[in-house]
Amino acid sequence: MTRNWPLWEVFVRSRRGLSHTHAGSLHAPDAEMALRNARDLYTRRGEGISIWVVPSTEIVASSPDERDPFFEPSADKPYRHPTFYEIPEGVRHL
Amino acid sequence: MNSPDTGIATTTTTPGTDASTAAAALALGDDALILSHRLGEWAGHAPVLEEEVALANIALDLLGQARVLLSMAGDEDELAYLREERSFRNLQLVEQPNGDFAHTIARQLYFSLHQHELYGELAAGDGPFAPLAAKAVKETAYHRDHAEQWTLRLGDGTEESRRRMRTALDGLWKYTGELFRPVEGLGLDQETMTALETRWLAALGGVLERAGLTLPEGSRTGAWAAGAGREGLHTESFGRLLAEMQHLHRSHPGASW
Repeated sequence: MTRNWPLWEVFVRSRRGLSHTHAGSLHAPDAEMALRNARDLYTRRGEGISIWVVPSTEIVASSPDERDPFFEPSADKPYRHPTFYEIPEGVRHL
Repeated sequence: MNSPDTGIATTTTTPGTDASTAAAALALGDDALILSHRLGEWAGHAPVLEEEVALANIALDLLGQARVLLSMAGDEDELAYLREERSFRNLQLVEQPNGDFAHTIARQLYFSLHQHELYGELAAGDGPFAPLAAKAVKETAYHRDHAEQWTLRLGDGTEESRRRMRTALDGLWKYTGELFRPVEGLGLDQETMTALETRWLAALGGVLERAGLTLPEGSRTGAWAAGAGREGLHTESFGRLLAEMQHLHRSHPGASW
């Protein structure tokens, strides 16, 4: 089962969405079938207009053990944070 | 089912639908209803969960088509649940048992290739079926694609899957002649149906070639009463299908749900 039906991760861009969002995962024998299964499982009610499927084995995830060195925001070094400006009016999606 | 005001079952056709249109709606509606029921039997039994959802989706699409079509012919519940076997007008192909997965896919391939061509033709016209066909043709495109995908995988899979796909295609071949008989009231003459058949054979041949298979040989109307589904002559397993489908309605006539 795991060998012939590997796990795929599904990313769906919604009808008015700007980016693909992880929607879930599924098992499928190949990419074509994964796309079709994703269509059935995650876009049936018109949620999306674009689907990406990626074999789960292709995704490299950050390790929870390295969370601190990876994501520590260096809050005590304000020069690292580009926050010393006003966002001009009319700029969206920032 | 029953009219809410009187509680009396009616058998009249929908106003504005003439008798021959109603007859055609019944034929196409029965195709969709019966195949939907067969696919519903897979619930909980499909090879994998994802395939279960796919089969259920197709079944739901078909049931939706059946409801529209049967409503054109009369009361949808009454037509589905209170007719005897001899009054059903569906193709013999769609009533065939599910068999193994390859049988289900072969039946689906034959039927959805046909239904897609047929609805494409109806959608292009301006008859009473054009609005339904325009909507349904998008669904049948997906059904066709699903059946093609699995035909490719089974035909070009292992020795065992190829053997099963071959057996299924051969076994159901004799029911495909009926697909291209003119349907009363549909407004498509023999010439048009023959053109549909030519396209169907070409499309089917293309899929089978890609799957490493060939078109089955032999007669397409060979069995007893073959091709007579439209006249109410059905194959053996159809009575059992109806018994299961109609059981509750017949046990509690007049109930609403």
